[in-house]
Amino acid sequence: MSIDPNDYEFLSSLVAKRSGLALGAGKEYLLEARLLPIANSLGLTSLAELVRRLRTSRDESLAATITEAMTTNETLFFRDRTPFDELRDQLLPDMIAARQTTRRLRIWSAAASTGQEAYSLLMTLRESFPQLAGWRIEMIGTDISQQALAKAKNGIYSQFEVQRGLPIQLLVKYFRQVPQGWQITDDLRSSVTFRTLNLLESFTSLGEFDLIFCRNVLIYFEQINKTAILDRMEKQLRSDGYLVLGAAETVLGVTNRFQRVRTCKSAVYSPTKSLQTV
Amino acid sequence: MKTLLLVDDSRAVRLATKRMVAPLGIAILEAEDGSQAWDRIQEHPEVDAILLDWNMPVMDGITFLRKLREDKTQPQPAVIMCTTENDLPRILEAMQAGANEYIMKPFTEEIVREKLAGAGIL
Repeated sequence: MSIDPNDYEFLSSLVAKRSGLALGAGKEYLLEARLLPIANSLGLTSLAELVRRLRTSRDESLAATITEAMTTNETLFFRDRTPFDELRDQLLPDMIAARQTTRRLRIWSAAASTGQEAYSLLMTLRESFPQLAGWRIEMIGTDISQQALAKAKNGIYSQFEVQRGLPIQLLVKYFRQVPQGWQITDDLRSSVTFRTLNLLESFTSLGEFDLIFCRNVLIYFEQINKTAILDRMEKQLRSDGYLVLGAAETVLGVTNRFQRVRTCKSAVYSPTKSLQTV
Repeated sequence: MKTLLLVDDSRAVRLATKRMVAPLGIAILEAEDGSQAWDRIQEHPEVDAILLDWNMPVMDGITFLRKLREDKTQPQPAVIMCTTENDLPRILEAMQAGANEYIMKPFTEEIVREKLAGAGIL
């Protein structure tokens, strides 16, 4: 199937205008692979029909879905699911029991990007641990990208984004519909502090955490920096706290300051110092 | 093998959805409206989940859903609304009627896969 050059130009400039992603020439296969299923889901059989629909209807949600399908954005709500399930079923119950006197929980989403992870963590707490009402819950999301954090703070996500990983029951409970899409409720948004942070810099100003999520970001660092980051994270983690890495990430060969929590399927680690103090 | 019933008056949408879910190893049945869907679940009580459009001739999706959930003698598969009705009041209405999940059109393969997994049929 070939794409009409005018349609190609229309779609690539739509994506460029909305995301800044320059598709360039010769990406017909990519447009077709990503956009044809979207067209089909509307009962349209070709990209030409999809472009016609866009030109005539000015359908905002369609334009947004197309943009996101073209920009590979892998941040989604409850990404990989299992770490959140294990947090709910295994890690948090013990952690909460051990903190009955301080009634305080500090959580760090260390590669927060556009905020989905931090909000997913908060939703997990709200949904499964109503006994935490009255506790001091501090959720901190950091990222190097100010642009990503601006979006995280606004908490506005497109129709496409709220359908990735987020059960509908949580959408209707924790979001409100706004002209640009769906916005996290003020209550939940005000429960997270987002701030800019380069993982190569000091973490000491962040304080000590019970739980650190640092997923799918270490892969972008050289070995020596990975070691330095993990070692500094260990200093910010309570001895009975947990570090959660991405599914394909490990501390093996990087640092010996963490040990894998064997009862978890996902990449959950506890500080080795917790063994030394026993 | 799990069984999914696709209910949509657009043959093109049914075809596209079928193409998305076929590689997942699910048996697929089809219906063009709520009335046909009712017949299908009589013939195939083994249906595990229904992907249900809202606006259809003869019997629309929400009417079918209410009828299904009110009749306790019927099998009660998971129902995923799959529609261009994307406003919050409509979503709430469908959930109140007994929908388990909701897909807002247009959708992608990833969305369908994740919603089916959420409904327990993957």
